[in-house]
Amino acid sequence: MTLLDQPILEVEGVTKRYGDRIAIDDIRFDLWPGEVLAVVGESGSGKTTLLNCVSARLKPDAGRVHFRTRHEGVVDIYDLSEASRRLLARTDWGYVHQNPADGLRMDVSAGANVGERLMALGERHYGRIRREALSWMTRVEMQEDRIDDSPATFSGGMRQRLQIARNLVTQPRLVFMDEPTSGLDVSVQARLLDLLRTLTRQLHLASIIVTHDLAVARLLAHRMIVMKGGRIVEEGLTDQVLDDPQHPYTQLLVSSVLQP
Amino acid sequence: MNEPALRIRDLAKTFTLHNQGGAELPVLRAVNLDVAPGECVALDGPSGMGKSTLLKCIHANYRATAGSLIVRDGDTATDLTTATPRELIALRRDTVGYVSQFLRAIPRVPALDIVAEPLLDGVDATPEVLADARREAEALLLRLRIPVRLWSVAPATFSGGEQQRVNIAKGLIRKRPLLLLDEPTASLDADNRVTVMAMINEAREAGAAIVGIFHDQRVRETVATRVIDMREFI
Repeated sequence: MTLLDQPILEVEGVTKRYGDRIAIDDIRFDLWPGEVLAVVGESGSGKTTLLNCVSARLKPDAGRVHFRTRHEGVVDIYDLSEASRRLLARTDWGYVHQNPADGLRMDVSAGANVGERLMALGERHYGRIRREALSWMTRVEMQEDRIDDSPATFSGGMRQRLQIARNLVTQPRLVFMDEPTSGLDVSVQARLLDLLRTLTRQLHLASIIVTHDLAVARLLAHRMIVMKGGRIVEEGLTDQVLDDPQHPYTQLLVSSVLQP
Repeated sequence: MNEPALRIRDLAKTFTLHNQGGAELPVLRAVNLDVAPGECVALDGPSGMGKSTLLKCIHANYRATAGSLIVRDGDTATDLTTATPRELIALRRDTVGYVSQFLRAIPRVPALDIVAEPLLDGVDATPEVLADARREAEALLLRLRIPVRLWSVAPATFSGGEQQRVNIAKGLIRKRPLLLLDEPTASLDADNRVTVMAMINEAREAGAAIVGIFHDQRVRETVATRVIDMREFI
């Protein structure tokens, strides 16, 4: 058995309540290496809570999430010490926020933003860090001469590409994305989607993408989960769910989209 | 005896429209069909008889309501109606090819890369693998008369016929034991129709089992080894 023959993430019965209100209820799914999973549903359906729970940013009230590490086998992410969880979050995992300002440090240069995770891993050689930062800026189609500029001077699309470079520099195996394209105008979205699609394939990234945009899910995701009221109401291959939706809510969701 | 590449038993497909008062639309009732390697079965019959629906069920794009759809690749037989999403992804990559009527173009991806992509799926794309895949894609695009100047352009702006030929190239580049063709020649001119018919026949002679919808009678007579009237399944 190689690592590729086993799920990278196993989510079992994850439930989170806010007071009396159930935010997500009994969520379970597996994610395999290289697989992109889209989580769709209306606002308030629990998509973001789900993402926060499975990425250990939020502790659920019940359930387990098992992650297959590179070298130490399977770990329960809620049993890890705070220090190991933070190490995981900046090495093997990435997290792309909807608003790039939440995932970037706006007061340091673009190069420092990309290099930060390398330094956290102990890299101290300035020349190597700068070379690596430059190479990642090129991969996300940014001009090299912007490396010393602060992201505050960048457009929304550039900031989002920088956030992606910052996350991918440590070659993570699992990336969580919360509405990564929704703050951008349409022409910029297409470029970012194509970039994400290429990178997830080239790097064999497993990814969970929360989105309300079914076209984004169609383009990027192998599989799809539909959430309503904190529960998974339907799941399957992306084109199955979109072309032959079974649940009343999914049918409503699919038929409500305007076809351009 | 040659085991069928596809074995369909008592397949039914009913669409339930929950947002239209729960209306039920039965499209397929009891489909039974075997397709052997080296056979090309044409689905025939008037519009609305479920020809495309049947192809989409075999591609697992539509989920069957009842019955079984067994696909055989070498010694492995898989029932598409019970396969996991992960198994379906692998089956589509290695076993079941599908040429849809329309190309779903991806913004910014050039025609050549769209065609080469099935050869790069699930493999480590080293520079040699990439170069080989591109060479095969070029050969197909050349054969299908796509002008070289268009190879590096995303097909969104191509004509209907050009898009369809890109789609055919993408669907045929990887040799798969089962091939599903939904009107592959509908918007092609005479020369390209002849080329596509030759390509379909070559795939079949190489051992592929083919199920297709061919409205053009000449195309059907040239490629089909058997014609099934969908009215048989009512």
